[in-house]
This record gives sequence, C-alpha cells and structure tokens, in this order.
Amino acid sequence: MLSSIRTLWYTFLHLFHRSETVQYPEEMPYLAPRYRGRIILSRDPDGEERCVSCYLCAVACPVDCISLQKTEEDGRWYPEWFRINFSRCIFCGFCEEACPTYAIQLTPDFEMSEYERHNLIYEKEDLLISGTGKYPDYSFYRVAGLAIPGKDKGDAERERPPVDRHGLLP
Amino acid sequence: MSIIHIDGREFTANPQDNLLQVCLSHGFDLPYFCWHPALGSVGACRQCAVRQYANPEDKTGRIVMACMTPATDNTRISIIDPEATGFRANVIEWLMTNHPHDCPVCEEGGECHLQDMTVMTGHTYRRYRFTKRTHRNQYLGPFIKHEMNRCIACYRCVRFYRDYAGGADLDVQASHNNVYFGRDADGVLENPFSGNLVEVCPTGVFTDKTLSAAYNRKWDMRSVPSVCVHCGVGCNTSVSERGGAVRRILNRFNGAVNGYFLCDRGRFGYGFANNPNRERAPAIRPRGGAARKATKAETLAELAKLPGADGTIIGIGSPRASLEANFALRTLVGAEAFYAGVSAPESRCLAIVVAGLQSGNVKTPTLREMEAADAVLVLGEDISNTAPRIALALRQAVRGRSIEIADRLKIAHWQDAAVRTAAPDAHSPLFVVSPAATGLDDIAAATCRAAPDDIARLGAAIRHAIDHTEPAVEGLSEALQALATRIAEALAAAKRPLIVSGCGLGSEAVLHAACAIAEALSNPERVPGLVLAVPECNSLGLALMQSGSIEGAIGAVTSGGAATVIVLENDLYRRAERQAVDALFKAATTIIALDHVPTETMAKADIALPAANFAESDGTLVNGEGRAQRSFQGVFPNDDVQASWMWLRDIAAAQGREFAWQSLDDVVRSLAAAIPAFAKIAQATPPGSFRIAGSRIRTQPHRYSGRTAVDANRTVHEPRAAIAEESPFSNTMEGYYGPMPASLIPFFWAPGWNSGQSLNKFQDEVGGALRGGDPGVRLLEPDGTHAHPTEATPPAAFERSFGRWLVIPRDRLFGSEELSAMAPAIAERIEPPSLSLNPEDARSLNLRSGDAIQAGFGAKLVQLTLTVAPELPSGVATMSAGLPKQDWLALPGWATLSRAEPVP
Repeated sequence: MLSSIRTLWYTFLHLFHRSETVQYPEEMPYLAPRYRGRIILSRDPDGEERCVSCYLCAVACPVDCISLQKTEEDGRWYPEWFRINFSRCIFCGFCEEACPTYAIQLTPDFEMSEYERHNLIYEKEDLLISGTGKYPDYSFYRVAGLAIPGKDKGDAERERPPVDRHGLLP
Repeated sequence: MSIIHIDGREFTANPQDNLLQVCLSHGFDLPYFCWHPALGSVGACRQCAVRQYANPEDKTGRIVMACMTPATDNTRISIIDPEATGFRANVIEWLMTNHPHDCPVCEEGGECHLQDMTVMTGHTYRRYRFTKRTHRNQYLGPFIKHEMNRCIACYRCVRFYRDYAGGADLDVQASHNNVYFGRDADGVLENPFSGNLVEVCPTGVFTDKTLSAAYNRKWDMRSVPSVCVHCGVGCNTSVSERGGAVRRILNRFNGAVNGYFLCDRGRFGYGFANNPNRERAPAIRPRGGAARKATKAETLAELAKLPGADGTIIGIGSPRASLEANFALRTLVGAEAFYAGVSAPESRCLAIVVAGLQSGNVKTPTLREMEAADAVLVLGEDISNTAPRIALALRQAVRGRSIEIADRLKIAHWQDAAVRTAAPDAHSPLFVVSPAATGLDDIAAATCRAAPDDIARLGAAIRHAIDHTEPAVEGLSEALQALATRIAEALAAAKRPLIVSGCGLGSEAVLHAACAIAEALSNPERVPGLVLAVPECNSLGLALMQSGSIEGAIGAVTSGGAATVIVLENDLYRRAERQAVDALFKAATTIIALDHVPTETMAKADIALPAANFAESDGTLVNGEGRAQRSFQGVFPNDDVQASWMWLRDIAAAQGREFAWQSLDDVVRSLAAAIPAFAKIAQATPPGSFRIAGSRIRTQPHRYSGRTAVDANRTVHEPRAAIAEESPFSNTMEGYYGPMPASLIPFFWAPGWNSGQSLNKFQDEVGGALRGGDPGVRLLEPDGTHAHPTEATPPAAFERSFGRWLVIPRDRLFGSEELSAMAPAIAERIEPPSLSLNPEDARSLNLRSGDAIQAGFGAKLVQLTLTVAPELPSGVATMSAGLPKQDWLALPGWATLSRAEPVP
C-alpha cells in the first residue's frame, strides 16, 4: 500500500521535470566530438592520405567488417581499396584505437540508414575526407623511418643524418 | 644425457647443446636474436641472459648468456630471476633505441621476431628521447627489399649468406651502432639462397619484395602445407593465399629434406600461379576455326564422344603433374596407352635412377644425411642449378673436417665463430667433375672439366682405383689417372662417402659410372650415399609408373594406331622436336590438353581444359630421394578450374565409365593397389577424414580479418567458404590449431611467437625433427634384390670433331624450369639464351664473347649469344637449356657453329 503511494508520488513529481524528448530531426541533439558514429579516413596536415594500409583496424574489428589492400607509391604505403561494411559495423571504435596514424576516426554522425544493405558498403572514396579530423597536427611519416618523396632518410623527427657506411670512426 | 635445473625443476639435456637450445626444447620462452638452430651461437645480441648458479648452496650466481653456455651436467640456472629478466628487458630497450617507428609500414609486422621478443620482455614504452641513427637502403634485386634503419645488428644475415650459403656480395660495413649490412653497391644479390634472408632476419631489414607488391599480414592469409614444384628435391613449403591469389611461399621445415632453407627459385617461383592470361574456362577449337569458350557441361558432352581405352586413344602424362593426375590419365586410357611425357633419353636416365635407388648396399641419403658426408664426389651434375638445395647441403658437408678439428679442440659445434676460426680452410674433400664451372667449385678440393663420356671414363677409373677387380680404363692421361687415384683414396678413406650425379647431362654413361663408384665403395661396414638428381618435381613418381616416352606417343599417333591424344599438364614443345610435335598435332584427330599455364600445346589443342595448379589442388609428388609428399589446396577457384584428376574422372563418367572416385584418397587407394611401387603412398599423410577432437585443422589464423567486408562489393550476403569435403583442413578460421601431424602443419604459430621462429614449438628438440616424425614416406629402399645399374665397359674417350662441337645442355637456376620461368620476379632474373665455348674454339670461329652465334643441329638453326668459358674442354660447347621460347633440342648433340648473320 505504502509502496504504491510512493510510486504514484514519484510519478507525480515527474510532471515538474524538464522534458528529455528532443524533436529530432527538427531539433538536432548535441553529440560530443568523441561520439562513435560514421567512420571516416582522414588526411595528414600536408593533405596526403593518412592511412598507411597497416591492417590493424581490420584485425581489431570484432565483426570483421573492414577490409583493404595495400599498395605502394614511391615508398609510401596506401590502401589500394578500403571497404567498410556498415551493415555489420557495431561502432565500437576499436579500429580508431588500433590505428597508429590517426587515419581512421569515428565521427558524431549516425544518420546513415539505408533501405538496401549494399548501400551500406562504403568504399575508400566514400570514407576519405579532405581534413585531418580530430587530430590536426599528427603526420605519421614525420616520425617514421621510411623515406618518402620530400622526406629523405634522416629528415624525420629525432633522426640523425644517414650514416657513412664507409667510415669506421666512432 | 645431463640433468640441468631450470628454476628449481629438473630437466634432461644433451650435454652437446647450449642452455638456450635446452630451454627452448623444453618449452621455455627465452628471448634470443643472433642464435639460429642452423647457424649456431655467436653471442652477439646478449638477449638470452639467464642466471647461473655454481651449486645448490650458491644463492648469488652470475648472469650468463644461455646460447654461449654448455648444458653440462648439474647446471643450475634461473630464467625468471629478476636481475636476468631486467637484463633482458634492458637489452631490448637498447636495441630499440635506434629502431624506427615503422611497424605499420613494415612487411615484417605481425610476424616479427623483434616484436615478439619486445613484447615477451615487457618493453612497452620508449624512454629514449634522443636522435636515432639512420641508413640509406640499397636496391637488392627483384626478390629482396632492404630497409637498413630497422637493423638490430644480430649478424644473422651475413652469417647465413656468407658462412652458410657461401655468398660473397653481402657483408658488414662501418662500426658499432652504425654497422651496415649490404652490398658494396646497389645490385642484385647473387647468391641463389638470398631469399632466406627474409626468414633469417629477425626483423624487417630484408623482406619479400614479391609479397610486398600485393601485401597482406601473416594473420590475413590462409596457408596450407605444400611441396615445391620447381625441381626434384621436393622441399616443403607453406603457401599463403588471400583473395584467390598465392601471395607468398615460406619455408616449411622438414628435418629430412629442406630443413630451414629454400632456394630462390622455390621461394619466388610461385608467380606463375597468378598468371592473368591463363584460360579459366574450357575452350573448344574446331579444326581450322577459332577457339570458343564453352561451359563445363558442353565440354563434357563433347568429351563423352571420345573412344574408351581401346587403343585408339593415348595419354601423355607429365613429370610436373601430381601422381594422382598421372594415374587418373593412365586409368582412363589404359596402362599400355599411357606415355610418360618425357623424352626417351630422359626416360632411360630416370630408369637408372630408379634402379640406383633400389639396389645394393647403397643408400640414397636425406639432405640432413648429405650434410654429414665426409667425402663427396659430384660426377657430371651441375647440382647448384638443377637441385640447388642439395648444393647447399653439400656446402655444409664440406665443413665436416673443420668440425672434426673443433671436436679435437673440444669446441662445441654450436660455437659457430670458434668452429669457423679454429680451422677456416679445413674442408672435407669435395670433388667436382663436370663439363663446365659449377657453383660448388669454390669449395672443391679439385675440379675436372671433361666431356660427358670422359666423365664416365674418369668415373670408371675411380671405380678401378677403389676396387682393382673392376676393369681399368685404357688411354687415360696421367693427370686424370692421378686425379682418379686421389678421388678414390679420399672416398675410400671416408666413413660416409657420398656420390652425387643426376640426369642434367642426359648421359646414361655418367649415371652408370656414379652407381658403379657407389657400389665399389660399399662394404659390410660402410653404406655409401648415392644421390641422383632428377629434373622435375614428379620425375621419379612418373618413372615408377614405367611407361613409354614421348617419342613412343608420337610414333603411336603418326603410325596411325591412335587418333585421340590427351595431354596432361605438359607442353609437348618442351619435350620433343618441333617438327615431331607438329606431326603429332597433324596426325591426331582430337587433342585434349589439360593445363594451368598458357602453353603452345594448350593454344593448339582441340579441347583445352583449365586444370588446377599446385596451390589449387591436393596432390602427391615423389622427389628424387623417392619420398612421397602431399601438397594441399589453398586456393579455391570459383569457376571451372579443377584438379586434373577430377577432369579425367568427369570424362570417364561422361563416357559412362565409373571410376568411383569421390576424393583424392580414393585415387590414392586405387594407385596403391594398382602399382606395387606405390603401396606405401597412403602413409605420406593422414587421410581426408582425419580430424583432431572432431575438428578439421584450420588454415586461417584466428586473427583472420575482413570476412564480412572482403566480398561485400559483390554481395552483402557473405558467401559460404569453399569446403573441400574430403580434407583434413577447414579452409576457414574455424577449427583446430595445436599439436598436429607434421605433414599437416599449415603455418607455424604459437602464442607469443608470431614469427616463423615459432617452429621451435613444433620440434622434438630445436633443430631436430618435427614432432611425430618428418613428413613424407620413402617409397623405395634398397632391398638387396636389384642389381646395380652398371655397365661393364666405359664408353670410348671423347674425340673432338673438327667443324662440329658437342653441345651439352646447361640448366639455369632461373629460366630452365618451365613454371618458375613464368613468375614475374624470376623472369626478371632470366638471362638471354647463350652458348659457351672455350677461348681457343671461339677464336677459331673468329668470334668474341657477346657475339651472336648460330648453332646448326642438322637442318635446325638456333641463334644465341656467345659467352667464353675458359674452363670448357676443347670441342665441347654448353648451351642454356629449357629457357622460355627456346625450342627443345636433342642434347647433348653435335652441332656446327658459325657467326650468326645479324637479324635485321
């Protein structure tokens, strides 16, 4: 008896609470920058593709919905194709955590429903954006040891110039 | 056996081993870099530190390097000791100070020994804040990629390349932190075993360029156990596949055959399997018309019209097709109408090899046994080009003398640097008798260059010198007589003498001589070794079927006896003279060809059927040692491509004949029942119904990625993985992976050991046999009932004929083998066809090295480039054989030579 009255009382109090209902889509909810929505591939500050096709996102994916193929141009690794099956994606963000180059990022966008499942297959051209996403300054090749056009051996951060292999001096 | 105590527990150990070997053999995870089971210890990396105690009372102990400490009785060590653990972590941290931030863009990532060891020691965070040293890379040819920044200076590469494989063009330069492993200048790595650097290097300095071109991580590739198809040695390989293409070949350890190493032809020759120009649907070509693609049903309806095994249909088999495929054809056309598809001279040579394997008190050794030989005679075979892996084994055999000296000085065998320093120039005797220079000349005690008949005569003289009851050879020069005596003395003094010869020269006399020497050496105390190299991956298996040669097949058709020919995975233009094959095509009413590479025979056949290659089908191959080994399907085509034996079964079914073969095992059973030589063949590997705890063995690693996306551009419905019904393998990431029969290990992996070094976990003891015995079953053993194939009288001495030269075939590592020559990486290494003469003969023709030369074999004229080889005997020319676009010639053969008119 007492319990029922208490329940009614609490329900009554709710009449005076602020409404949580949002009139979506007329009114858009606030989504934090770190919200885990639609996945994108970003570019580095120089405008080059950040993805180096290392396959770590694919292997981290618990539903195996990422697949790609590496290719190479002048020593720089790229994905030849990059495919995410969003009809399988669970937006867990493991791919983003695994990415060593900040290339793959989850964005605060979830509006990607489709009537046909095959429309949820996103290829590289659907994923690649022109900006740096959440990490404006990072460029993997500035810290990696590979030589790429415009960055020779020894030009990366914290690197000494290449060794003279004919020298024996300490 | 000694007893050693590891962390308070007792273990048995071989006192000849070092502590690292013992720890790994007993399953301990002790990190290491510079030690390698085949290369021994040098103590360069300081990674395998453990604490050793003098006695049970000693609580202080001292840090020692496990790989440099013998496992003497009552050794007490601790691996988990905090100071030793800290020491190992610090060493890794130092090694990593200069290691670049490269793992995402490194081909080694995911199967990197350095990654594994870093994780194992717990070094997870870089404290080093200063600058890293960098290096420039070199171009090392089409096989190997070089990225020197990643080097941790373990010295494994130069120890393998120089000390083990005898290479000269890779060395260490500079000093301390700056050491550089590379060539003097950019250029192709010359040693035929350079590909092993990929596996020997514990990190990503040397990586596989062919894999990098279509790269996938190890965890993303399906792998299956396979057998190399590029020569007769039968090295075990692991084939990796993704996306329907073969991505790479890795060595699959077999203690009795290839051990830890493969040759470059075997490792990089797989490219032919991914040929985009290959026909993947049956083609029907009406006489005089253009070929049209046909469906499988349509083709089989056409094939149903073929005659049964009534003598009007013949089959031509192939030494590069599996036993099952050859046997299916033999069953389809009848044993009498089945021809081996090799030339008559080669057939005769192979018959001698088969007899040699079975007869007398002589053993055909495994490669491991070859490495233990203490005197070697290579008679007439250019083994480093025809069976390169055997040449590498002989290179180790030559070290026997220096190991004996080390034994006398009480130096353990694994003390690699000490053993090599103790007697750097002491070699066990190895003699090379051949027409031209070979890859073993640099370690030979003596070499002799002679024409094939003279080689056989020298062989007979050696036999006479060993056993004076045998006939002497008349008219031998004094120098040759002395050499024969010297070789005979060395062989007779040896405990484990080894005679190496083969079919490379196409000379029966040489093979007879080799068998005769081995027989002369045998006595109740000593079983000499006899190695007779065979040309192709299944040459011996086909020889055991004892069928006719290609000349017989051509004769059967051109004489009007047979009208229909089925050609199995064989390009007839590589086996017989063009004219004769053309005559066969003209005389036959229907020619059906099955193959997996585009050949001239396929292009001209009336019906061309797309067969499966080694990676797309299961099959058994018999290597030169008589060992039957199974390779398994790793690529699953989704079109009409199927194994040859399946096509042949389907033809029989279309004709209304029932073979009742559902699976490969059924074919194997029929084969074992039909031909006694193959009675043991089913023992090569467990049957298709083999399961472990009810599960198939999985061929994809548990981390295989992209299942729901890789095909999503075609269909979102995630097609079911192809299932081979009768197979011990599951083809997917579901299934069993753990201790398993050695012949079924699809790839090497163990928890914490992602690199190929995880092999340690699959061996009885490190460097020993795989658990459960090395794969394969020997079909032939000497049974005492067969007489040795010898000839009473040696041939007459070679006499040069003026105006004509005896042209001897010369196999090349790159190009002479048909399939590998179609691989893009190997094709890059193929040099143009050439003919070699000695300088005087060249001068007599007024020709110089590099000139175009024309060789006339009767009416057939061949144009080649001349190279001058000072060592060649006078009157003898050697000619590259079997290169792409090179027509078959009856070699050795006589030819007139002249300056070629320049082609406009």
